[in-house]
Amino acid sequence: MAGTVIPFGPQHPVLPEPLHLNLKIEDEIVISATPAFGYVHRGLEKLADIRDFRQMIQVVERVCGICSMIHALTYCQALEELLGVEPTPRARYLRVIWSELHRLHSHLLWLGLFADAMGFESLFMQLWKVRERIMDINEATAGNRVILSVNVIGGVRRDLDPSQTGWILAELAEVEKGINAMKRTILHDYTVQKRTRGKGVISGKQALEFGCVGPMLRASGIAQDLRLLGYAAYGELDFAPVVEQDGDCHARCRVRFAELGQSIDLIRQAIDKLPAGDISVPAKGRPAGEVVARAEQPRGECLYYIKANGGKFLDRLRIRTPTFANIPALTAMLPGIELADVPVVLLSIDPCVSCTER
Amino acid sequence: MFMIPVVLKNLFGRSATRPYPQKPRRPFAGSRGQLVNDAVKCILCGTCARVCPAQCLTVRRKEGLWEYEPFACVSCGVCVETCPAGSLSQLCQWRPAVRERERVVLKVEVKSEKLGVRSEK
Amino acid sequence: MTIEADSISSAELCRAVAALKAKGCRFVTITCVAADRSGAELLYHFDRELALSHLRLTVAGDEVPSISGIYSAAFLVENEIQDHFGLRFTGLAPDYRRTLYLQGEDSVPPFRRDSGPGRGE
Repeated sequence: MAGTVIPFGPQHPVLPEPLHLNLKIEDEIVISATPAFGYVHRGLEKLADIRDFRQMIQVVERVCGICSMIHALTYCQALEELLGVEPTPRARYLRVIWSELHRLHSHLLWLGLFADAMGFESLFMQLWKVRERIMDINEATAGNRVILSVNVIGGVRRDLDPSQTGWILAELAEVEKGINAMKRTILHDYTVQKRTRGKGVISGKQALEFGCVGPMLRASGIAQDLRLLGYAAYGELDFAPVVEQDGDCHARCRVRFAELGQSIDLIRQAIDKLPAGDISVPAKGRPAGEVVARAEQPRGECLYYIKANGGKFLDRLRIRTPTFANIPALTAMLPGIELADVPVVLLSIDPCVSCTER
Repeated sequence: MFMIPVVLKNLFGRSATRPYPQKPRRPFAGSRGQLVNDAVKCILCGTCARVCPAQCLTVRRKEGLWEYEPFACVSCGVCVETCPAGSLSQLCQWRPAVRERERVVLKVEVKSEKLGVRSEK
Repeated sequence: MTIEADSISSAELCRAVAALKAKGCRFVTITCVAADRSGAELLYHFDRELALSHLRLTVAGDEVPSISGIYSAAFLVENEIQDHFGLRFTGLAPDYRRTLYLQGEDSVPPFRRDSGPGRGE
């Protein structure tokens, strides 16, 4: 008996960005899934040919509209290595504060979208209401809600004075209250559990084989978190990767929810230990050579490969974003589940397609 | 079931949203908004046009014109930081909605004494 | 400064990658550094417990053996390199035949040095 082929996407109510899945279905059970994308390709790596390496900071920020600052951070770290520049201690801590604020807003965004994928719109709205406080912190301190434009080669562009850090801590206390009010619903509600437990299971061994990164790996029992590399000021802060063992959608939800608390704690630690001093050092000259830099984005490991030849324009800029590594795992996660669970499983990998396609 | 306290608070409490546009939000002092150029201080050096990542600025020294495309600008503020004369600044409000996309063209007169204004940046 | 990468030939590629997989390395990605009429340079990146290791492959033509038989997740990035740089991976499964980003087999690969839009300076 021939199966049916159902095209999922590129336009779908649960998808924040266009992604196409070719699903072969037999009696509402998925037999195989083939992903395809290319709907939002903007050629940002090619733009490095006509924008010099300093202008590229602003271009690289716009690869993603959710984890924007961490893209710029990885790029600046790579160039700092090529130019032999060490950012100041205060700049490293400020970068941690804004990176963790990004992680908070990204996970809150994902939790809201995940609830929406299940049809739980009121939870979606409540979580995004909490997220608005983080957006206000971003706008007041860095100038914009998401695309902060706060990284430069050699440090950061904006500083935080004590009144601002005090206000950030007060807002974070409110964010924590808001998240805890939702905790029982997100993790223990009967319908949420029915829709997420046992769906889209991927074992730790499979996850490593498929090259998965970030919360997908950590929800399957592998404790890999690139912040342990110690870039920016993470080497001086105290934290441990959040790990769950089940490998299903509920485990991924638990990992991201726990990382919210971890991010708040990291910001409090960073504000507490914020050293005095300058916020940037001058970075003159032109880069030459090749370097690889990595950072932990909310969705996982992000890799930047830069090759420069001493000119104004970079020879090659290669960006490997975490969702690009997580999408092949769908070919193993989707077979065997029902058609109605496909949106929930797809969203549990936290797809950011504009990152994937650049 | 667990959402009931939240639902009741939302039903009988204050609205979470403000009645925009009757009550717009006060902008944050640190927001990066619309770019403005002070024609009196500008020296038409062209640094802003060189560093702009979106290439939205054109400086024509011979004709004495400073041109700006507000709809290509991404409000990154790099031009404001690199301007040696301090003539560029950003408002904390985003530009209002308009019906037609227009360019901003400023006629700038660079007198010889203005060039002494070049600060050590 | 350059990154430490073991240079290998096309014939040794699959054996070297299988050895890395046996050691427990996670496949990170493949970077095509440049491709033009004279050949192509590819970098393979692997990670083991937060330490990166690289393989550098230089080919004379535009045919490269695929590693999707060893690491099945490599199919996505190899299809992307096929589209962007016009290379051809033998043994690639599934092969999208230049429809991932482009319109089919006779589309012009945009990132090659000998075709596509020109460079600055």
